[in-house]
Formats: sequence, structure tokens, C-alpha cells
Amino acid sequence: MPILEAKALTVTRGNRPLVSDLSFALAAGEVLHLRGSNGAGKTSLLEVLSGLRSVASGTMAPEPEGGRLHWLGHKNALNLALTPVENLEFWCGLNGRAAHGLVPVLEKLGVAKVRHRPCRTLSAGQKRRSALARLLLDQRPLWLLDEPLDGLDAQGLELFAELLKAHLQNGGAAIITSHQPLPAGVPGVRELQLA
Amino acid sequence: MIAIFAAVLHRELRLAATAKTEWLMPLFFYVIVVTLFGLGAKPNDPQLAEFAPAILWVGALLAALLTLERLFRADHEDGTLEQIFLGTQPVTLVVAAKLFAHWLLTGLPLALLAAPLSAALGFSSVAIPALVAGLALGTPVLTLIGGFASALTVGLPRAGVLLPLLVLPLVTPVVIFGAGAARVAQSGLDVTAPLYFLAAILVLGLTLLPWATAAALRNAFE
Repeated sequence: MPILEAKALTVTRGNRPLVSDLSFALAAGEVLHLRGSNGAGKTSLLEVLSGLRSVASGTMAPEPEGGRLHWLGHKNALNLALTPVENLEFWCGLNGRAAHGLVPVLEKLGVAKVRHRPCRTLSAGQKRRSALARLLLDQRPLWLLDEPLDGLDAQGLELFAELLKAHLQNGGAAIITSHQPLPAGVPGVRELQLA
Repeated sequence: MIAIFAAVLHRELRLAATAKTEWLMPLFFYVIVVTLFGLGAKPNDPQLAEFAPAILWVGALLAALLTLERLFRADHEDGTLEQIFLGTQPVTLVVAAKLFAHWLLTGLPLALLAAPLSAALGFSSVAIPALVAGLALGTPVLTLIGGFASALTVGLPRAGVLLPLLVLPLVTPVVIFGAGAARVAQSGLDVTAPLYFLAAILVLGLTLLPWATAAALRNAFE
């Protein structure tokens, strides 16, 4: 059974159709790289797939459900007055998880040193890395990532490729929008061009 | 269920500890407004005491209004709201916890502050318990109605004056019964009836508005 199967999906914003009649299936170990010009509806499509935005027509199987997918939008979901640790502890609370694995995860992402600084004082890349920590705090089969490479440096890109590879090996799948090519060496990447 | 409530409360209190002005400002505003009424009236005017319930109530209301716009806006702007909706816990519970934290940080201090402020207006001291009890029942209603209105306007670029225009007409009954309770207490009559009315409004708000607020927030993504 595929991790996500979309049939004849139509996405609208207001009354304007952005994506019409899109069908695809995503199996375990696959990455779907969404491409398209600005305003083609990549983010709106991801929001529909995550369940944040309602779908105009078409079906998704299984239906989006919190706890089965990770959503990383172009916003990091970090309150700037709080530290990465405080933000992520809250996120763990939202998902009914204990936050004990937090420090090793932040170490892995290379932001352990700044974990007690308010997010306001962090660089864009450090904030992005802190947001990516959510992917490791809870194992979920589907990752929906909107421009995850934004603000990451060369090391960050390598790190992201590693995380993604490990996720795919564990039977996960991901749908990623990115204007730059995905890091080399990630297996199972398919491109989907939105008109 | 209690864990999620505690997690939200913990975060809101942490935020309040880092941004103290956010919740101290309404209190200062309240002190200034009430003091200005006292200074604007004729010295030792006995009529001021008659107007005191209305002044204390409207002052508390306006002070609480100042904080409402920020209630969900920051979470909407930084993406936290998206994570709240995609979390595994019921959104209504998160919303209820946020509203409770808001009341704890604005409504409750305002209600307590009304006691010393009432002295500045020559409000009779025997009526202070009724005033504070009324505010303690009325300010959560303000938080609930204000939370709903701020959820409705969270997607707009600037809610500005729209928020007070939405909230103020809806809180009319609270002001009528709240100031009414303080007034009858001042004239030495029984205050239970207006306080029961306030409690009934609060219960109605508690049963309906957290759900409505969660639904309004969901609408912000469309």
C-alpha cells in the first residue's frame, strides 16, 4: 500500500484554480520533488496534502491526519522570544510526547550550542535546523517539506541529505518543494513539474 | 489531556516572563484611566462614587482589549498555529489553555487591581467584594469573547479597530450585570442575582466559545 495516493486532486486559492486534476502515488522509500515557477501552487498543494487547507475536489488516501505526517512550512514555527529547547518542548507537548530526546537531536543538527538562546538571536540557518529537529523527535512515515533547504549552508545540506536518506531507508517517504536541486545521493527521487 | 493543558500553560507563562511589558501594560493603562477620572472630577464629589462601578468596569474592559489582538496573531505569523492544528491533541483543548493563560495574566490581575483603585473614586469599601467577584466572573467572559473575535480576525493583515467593534457590543450584558452588582452592593442590597447572571453568562461562554474559536482559527488557513 502506498504511503500516499492522490487522485484527481484540484487545489484552489480563493476562486483561482492552481493545480487541477493531479494524480500521483508515493511509495515507501520515494521522494517527490515538486517543482514549478513562483505561484504555481506548490505550497498550496502541500498544505492540502497536510490537511491544513481543504481540498477543492479529488481524493487522498489515506486522509491526512496529525501524527502520521510531518509538516515543515516556510515558517519555522519557532516563537522568537523563546529558545529552541522551549519551542520544541512545547511541540512535544502538543503531540503528547516526552521531550527527553531533545538534546541529542539538537546535537545531531548542530544547534546544541545555541539551544538556550532566544530564537530571535539565531541566524536563519540555525532557525531552520532547529525546525528540522521535529523530523527526528517523532518518527512519522510522511514528510511534507516546503523549501527545507532555505538558509542551510553546505554542511546543512549534507546533514539534510543524511536525514532524508535514513528516513527513506526506514520505509518513509517525502514530498519536497525546492527551487534548488535536492542534494545528490538521495535515492528514489522523482520530479513533478507543476504547470 | 491535563498534560497538553500544562504544556500550553507552561509556554504562555514562559512567554510572559520574557515579555513582561505585554501583561504589565494593561495594568498601568487601567491605573491611569481610573486615576484620570478621579482627577477630572470635582474634588470630593460624592457623585463620583455613583459612577465608580461603570468607570471601574469600562476601564478594565478597555485594558483587557489592548491585549486581545496579540492573542493568536504571533502564533499565526510564526507558523506555530499550523503545528497546533497538525498535532495529535485536540485543538479546542490548546485554545482553552491559551485562553485560560490569557485570563490568568490579564483578567485576574485587573480584577484584583480594581479593589485598591476603587478607593480613588470614593467607592464604598463594603461593596469591594462584590466588585471584585463580579470582575472575576466577567473578565473570563471578556477573554472568551475576545479570543473568538481575535481568532476571526487573525488572518487579516491588521485587525486594528475591527476587534473592539466586534467585542464591545458582545460584552454589553457583562457590563450591565457586573456594574449592576457593584452598584447594588454599594446601596447595601443583595448582590446574588446579578452575580448569578454573570456566572450563567460565563458558563454559556465556556461551553460554546472554545469550540467556536478553534473553528475560526482553522478558517485562517483557507
